[in-house]
Amino acid sequence: MIPKRPDPDALLRQIQTGGRLKIFLGYASNAGKSDRMFDEATRRKARGQDIVVALYPSTSGSVDQSSLPGASALEMVPIDQIPTRQPAVCLIDQLAHRNPPGSPNPHRWEDALALTGQGINVVGALNLQHIAEHQDAVERITGRRAADSVPLSFIHTADEIVLVDILPERSNLPPDQISQLRELALLVAADVVESQLQHYLDDHDIHQSWGTQERMLVCITPGGNARPMLESAARAAERFHGHMLAVTVRQPDLPRPAEETLRGYLDYARRLGAEVHVIEGKDPVGAIIAFAREHRITQLFAGHTRQPRWRFWATSSADRLIQGSEGMDVRLFPHVVYP
Amino acid sequence: MSKGKLKIFLGYAAGTGKTYQMLTEAQDLKARGVDVVIGYFEPHARVETIAKTEGLEFVPRLRLEHRGSAFEDMDTDAVIARNPQVAVVDEFAHANVPGSTRLKRWQDVMLILEAGIDVLTSLNIQHIESLNDQVWHVTGVRVRETVPDWLLGEAAEVVMVDVTPRALLHRMERGVVYSPEKARAALENFFTETNLSALRELAMRQTAHQIEERRTAEPAPAPQSPTPVAIIPRSHESLMLWLTPHPATAMLIRRGRRVADYLGCPCTAAFAESSAAQLEDHVNFCRLLRIEVQAVPGVDPSRALAAYARARGVTQIYVTRHTPDLTKLVNQVRDMQVTIVSERLRNS
Repeated sequence: MIPKRPDPDALLRQIQTGGRLKIFLGYASNAGKSDRMFDEATRRKARGQDIVVALYPSTSGSVDQSSLPGASALEMVPIDQIPTRQPAVCLIDQLAHRNPPGSPNPHRWEDALALTGQGINVVGALNLQHIAEHQDAVERITGRRAADSVPLSFIHTADEIVLVDILPERSNLPPDQISQLRELALLVAADVVESQLQHYLDDHDIHQSWGTQERMLVCITPGGNARPMLESAARAAERFHGHMLAVTVRQPDLPRPAEETLRGYLDYARRLGAEVHVIEGKDPVGAIIAFAREHRITQLFAGHTRQPRWRFWATSSADRLIQGSEGMDVRLFPHVVYP
Repeated sequence: MSKGKLKIFLGYAAGTGKTYQMLTEAQDLKARGVDVVIGYFEPHARVETIAKTEGLEFVPRLRLEHRGSAFEDMDTDAVIARNPQVAVVDEFAHANVPGSTRLKRWQDVMLILEAGIDVLTSLNIQHIESLNDQVWHVTGVRVRETVPDWLLGEAAEVVMVDVTPRALLHRMERGVVYSPEKARAALENFFTETNLSALRELAMRQTAHQIEERRTAEPAPAPQSPTPVAIIPRSHESLMLWLTPHPATAMLIRRGRRVADYLGCPCTAAFAESSAAQLEDHVNFCRLLRIEVQAVPGVDPSRALAAYARARGVTQIYVTRHTPDLTKLVNQVRDMQVTIVSERLRNS
């Protein structure tokens, strides 16, 4: 019998020492994802790996031997016998599939985690419409919602994901829907790769920013007009599918009107999707440069203001910002007095 | 006669399986009765890939002599004369051997497309011109064989051929991708797991962008945006690059081109007439990337360029940190945005 799924923390520890999880991610059903998986399995088998396909009772769903193209050359083992059989690699198709009542785990993806916990490598396949966090987005595109789902965290747990971006010869989906689904799948995969890469760099104490994802930072002061900057940054973030942040350096004894203006800007930044930070620093320019580096910013948005009270943002500050912003684009906005 | 359709198989490094997937598609087309030929195929002694060419017709390569050495390359005229429905042409970014009629393979591909033949081709992310600095920043390798970004816009489809860096490294170690000596050099430099991950992410984002460009409908919803975002007011933007003789100008041109492409706005370039003699390379580079260039006369360059930009309805002036009179310019164009592009440097 396959064991019940242990608690997530224990699981995470096990995964680090246990089997590896590899997921083939497709943007829609029938888009070549399982073919790619079985193609790889066949080649691994040819190289001598002990690889089997998990067989689920056909009453539980659509998967039986005949529906797995390319699987016939591989050994099929009923899922509950995999732990005894102890293969090096176990293939599980349709990871989001719900198991029949009475099974040890509610879903196949949980079987996958249980098996990796036992030191068995799992290779599985999954579609975009089954990622819980993206089901709303997929429904907006296709008008349909898949019944079963896996949490996005499951995909992040995987040691490896492979994006399958193959255009089907024929499809039930209109071309425009295919195009939107493909784009979303690519972006989801890019985000997984980005976060895995970042974890790796953090773990190894490597402070390197490669700018693979564009990250915009808007510097907000109560003196200038931050709205056009925020809007430009939001547009850029949308077009680049990047990430937007806004930062302000806390100033003591700010007059009430200025404080209200500032609060208005920060609210607007949040509404435009920015992650907002208020930072401390006697030297505002230095604080912003340090913040930008730490957050791997690629495009920094700043404005001029000549109001004497906030003089630090005068031209000499712009100069310092430009000189200190190696590796980032600095976009300076004209000074417009906010009415 | 209508132009042929171009399909690009985009990968993030050698050995990701672009050619394999391209040939798989060629085989599928043949099985459906489509007339497919191989215009050019680079076997790299990869057994599994070579096996995929079985049963496909090859157009014989052209043999060239250059300074006493023999070279082989695609016989473009022969491909066009053969007139198939689809031609497979590997390695889109390849620089032709010396003595060829055209410098770059992509120029040959354009001719084949113009003859009404569809083309399947392969390309790696590091060959895209506007990413050249970023690729160098990630890998330390300055890629010489590049294609201008607009070529990707010519393709009817761009698909990403993905494989995990780990699987790719295993292929390298098994000697599937390169010969042992070449593999060792590659593993030490270009092919580290982090480098490959970064290139892979760039390729995914680039493919997503290409898909979005081809669609008139809304962009795909942003991944993981839980709260609805306020409507962002639309606004017209127009970029102007200020060219100077400084070498960093090449980086400025690439970055400006890339940003303008993503923002979907016009990109032009201008330079002070007085420095024209030192700018020939930069001007040619702009033209290759389809950026219109204008010389601006005037005694005070920053004032003249600002006035010119204003008259052209430019919203953003792009400069490098090495632009002379930068502070003066920033002060002079307080009605426009100035973007200062700085080099991406390598720590190691």
